Amino acid sequence: MVHKDMTEKVSIEIKRDLYDKAKKFIEEQGGFSSVEELVEFLLEEVLSSEESEERGLSKEDEEKVKERLRALGYI
Amino acid sequence: MVSRPHGGRLVDRTVSPKRRERLLEEARELPRIDVNESIAADAANIAHGVYSPLEGFMVQEDYINVLDQMRLSSDLPWTIPIILDVDPEDIVGVKDGDDIALYYRDEPLAIMRIEEIYGWDKKEYAMKVFKTADPNHPGVAKTYKRKELLIGGSIDLLRDPPEPFENIRLWPKETRVLFGTRGWKRIAAFQTRNVPHMGHEYVQKAALTFTDGLFINPLVGWKKPGDYRDEVIVKAYKALIEHYYPKEVVVLSVLRMEMRYAGPREAVHHAIVRKNFGATHFIVGRDHAGVGNYYGPYEAWEIFREFPDLGITPLFVREAFYCKKCGQMVNEKICPHPEEFRIRISGTKLRKMIMSGQKPPEYMMRLEVARVILEHPKPFIEEDEA
Repeated sequence: MVHKDMTEKVSIEIKRDLYDKAKKFIEEQGGFSSVEELVEFLLEEVLSSEESEERGLSKEDEEKVKERLRALGYI
Repeated sequence: MVSRPHGGRLVDRTVSPKRRERLLEEARELPRIDVNESIAADAANIAHGVYSPLEGFMVQEDYINVLDQMRLSSDLPWTIPIILDVDPEDIVGVKDGDDIALYYRDEPLAIMRIEEIYGWDKKEYAMKVFKTADPNHPGVAKTYKRKELLIGGSIDLLRDPPEPFENIRLWPKETRVLFGTRGWKRIAAFQTRNVPHMGHEYVQKAALTFTDGLFINPLVGWKKPGDYRDEVIVKAYKALIEHYYPKEVVVLSVLRMEMRYAGPREAVHHAIVRKNFGATHFIVGRDHAGVGNYYGPYEAWEIFREFPDLGITPLFVREAFYCKKCGQMVNEKICPHPEEFRIRISGTKLRKMIMSGQKPPEYMMRLEVARVILEHPKPFIEEDEA
């Protein structure tokens, strides 16, 4: 079985002015170290809320919740 | 199917571990506001979706709408303002659009983006929320002690406030998974700030007979003097469940949220919160969240008529009493016997018995529950502690 490397990176292209705006946003607002980190964060937000709409939580998050519930004796 | 969150989406304003480190550093550079236990609890409740759809402390438009209409500006039912009060000197130089750090117990708790700083009229708040401006009402008294300005805006929670009952504190995303895992579709939630007596057990079991599961969700946090201590309530419920409930149909989990004693408005608030935990039904007691004689015994039932769009079904279970003729706990609807056979279980009477070290009779309180209370050196909150 082949496991996907979750840390493997790919390149994407975005418009220069959007990139500049994102860079300026980070300089002014902080919270992110790079445009890359901001883009990853935004994509995760959008994609996880898609998953939430359908199932309430991503599979990974649901498993984490179940682990805690097991540890506490609820299940 | 568990209830959909209020507003359709369970809010999550917690930050990922990766962002937390950076935001913690940032928080230390921001203007700082220290908050008390109740505000810290509200911040955590916002971030974990207990107060969905709120993403932060209320801005003025929502605040006014909630006071006047009992609805958010989006028209969703909401009856208790969730507000953050500050003194003018706490926010010198801070303006709308700025970020500030909320600190609790000397550690950064959350970053808040200020959308609005506004004034409030505490007497108006008291009259609308508590229906009285009497400073003897514990909620009103607390309101009058609050600070002069309110700040509204979204928050990002950096850490959970310390929780002594961490091993029985569940957040909505956890109860939703738990209810789903147990296959529960109809869930009755029970709100309490008291130790359980036979009347409570009767009401809970009555609700459980036609639902799949019972969610007992005691409030921990600020309460008035004379109320039971949090640890006594928790231990008493553990004892009751261990000895008298089938474990597979009950979930006990605490919620850190202050009692407001706002009667009918608070009953609706309690229902909305439990909807966010996934409950489909909410047990509304007689004089729910009431105190003294400020509210009529069934006002907390009547208010629900104004919210056909609440999204959780209120269960109006009548007050239970022991009937000597029936030989069991009953209520007015099912007992034909006159008052002389009925023994009402009054919290005040029980409290007096316990204070004098007397064991309540078993038709009032389970022996195992009474033992927990009587073994505690100080089961009640004292005057100088609240």
